[in-house]
Amino acid sequence: MQNREIMHDFTSSFALALDLILQFNAELMEIIGLSLRVSLSAVTIATLIGLPLGAAIAIMRFPGRQFIDISLNALMGLPPVVVGLLVYMMISRAGPLGWLNLLYTPNAMIIAQLILIVPIVAALTRQIIEDLYREYREQFQSFCLPLQRTIPALIWDARYSLITVILAGFGRAIAEVGAVIIVGGNIDHLTRVMTTAIALETSKGNLALALALGLILMLISLSINTLVYGLRLSAKHQAYA
Amino acid sequence: MLEVTDLRFSIEQKVLLSDINLRVSDPGITVVLGANGAGKSLFLRLLHGLLKPDTGSIRWHGELIDLSVRQRQAMVFQKPVLLRRSVAANIDFVLKHCALKQHKTCQQILEEADLYAQRLQPARLLSGGEQQRLALARALATSPEMLFLDEATASLDPAATEQIEARLCETRDQGVKLILVTHDIGQAKRLASDIVFMHRGKLLEHTEAQAFFDKPQSLPAQSYLRGELVI
Repeated sequence: MQNREIMHDFTSSFALALDLILQFNAELMEIIGLSLRVSLSAVTIATLIGLPLGAAIAIMRFPGRQFIDISLNALMGLPPVVVGLLVYMMISRAGPLGWLNLLYTPNAMIIAQLILIVPIVAALTRQIIEDLYREYREQFQSFCLPLQRTIPALIWDARYSLITVILAGFGRAIAEVGAVIIVGGNIDHLTRVMTTAIALETSKGNLALALALGLILMLISLSINTLVYGLRLSAKHQAYA
Repeated sequence: MLEVTDLRFSIEQKVLLSDINLRVSDPGITVVLGANGAGKSLFLRLLHGLLKPDTGSIRWHGELIDLSVRQRQAMVFQKPVLLRRSVAANIDFVLKHCALKQHKTCQQILEEADLYAQRLQPARLLSGGEQQRLALARALATSPEMLFLDEATASLDPAATEQIEARLCETRDQGVKLILVTHDIGQAKRLASDIVFMHRGKLLEHTEAQAFFDKPQSLPAQSYLRGELVI
């Protein structure tokens, strides 16, 4: 009897969720819009930092390189709540960057996500570029190609693999909840994103909105994976992978 | 004139090349022969400046091999290293970034290599012979004064080898100095103006091609030409 009630709740929540999605519910769209804005901003900045950083570590030899490499790999598994806490301490009123008034703003959430995904983008880029450079090194030496031309050339030639890296970073950012709830505060119409809204609406018992957001999140994840699969297939087909 | 004096190269205290002295005049095709492990490819890399010798010097027209000299040289490897781009983009890349002098357009270069029809294809989808032709065309696009080839036709069929060899002869006739490493004695006979014979990291002979094939001086070279296993 109890199971049947739960199933009924689930189906009705699911129906309500679909209704919200199909009617382009304003609250739902606002949350999705902010989530995409924050995560896309974070992933764009992370790409601009992580790709050249990873490529430089892959091809340059300097003291401390191994330490940076190990650190980047370790930072890939950073717990989001710890990042949230550290960013909170930095940007809270009493923190060293308190004067910037970033706390509980989308920018604070972008910073937190950035810290989480830069190591992912940089470490995976390092691995991909290092493998490619092993293949190209002698030829590029023969071309007398300077470093400032080697790095862009390697990034371009590894573009399909690197797009996968960027999408992996985006996947991590959009699904993240621990850090953004700490530095964003989950404020309605200001810093509420999909993951924080799901947590809040579930605790309030508003399963329809939570489920609708969950469905969108899953749809985004599925789209990313489909895109990655398609890109890999296309790259392999053209021998560009 | 390429001049090598007392060249020595080692890795982790293992001496791989030693006591190498050589004077090669241009133009023409100098072929480096020797059994596996003789140090031919290593020697070629040293000549092109891809590796640094422990001791000794390599001079080209009196200049030590540095960046400015290397920019006037090019190298084709046994396994062509093609960029993950189209055929035309591979040529464009060197024209844009590597060529000191630009005498020809991408279209002219591809037409000469008989690859213009494939210009939009991904370079790595070409056949083995076409890939090597592209690698050679790309090396020549930099207008080098000296071209190194490390067993550039080793894995090609006779038809593809013939096309590459014809191109090498044209290049030689244009005044470019070629230094070619090969295992193929027939190819050496067809192309060489002089032969460098290497054995166990040492240069045993450097003579005119005809003299080498008629009467090799060293025992390893005699065994090598008889087709015996030279260890």
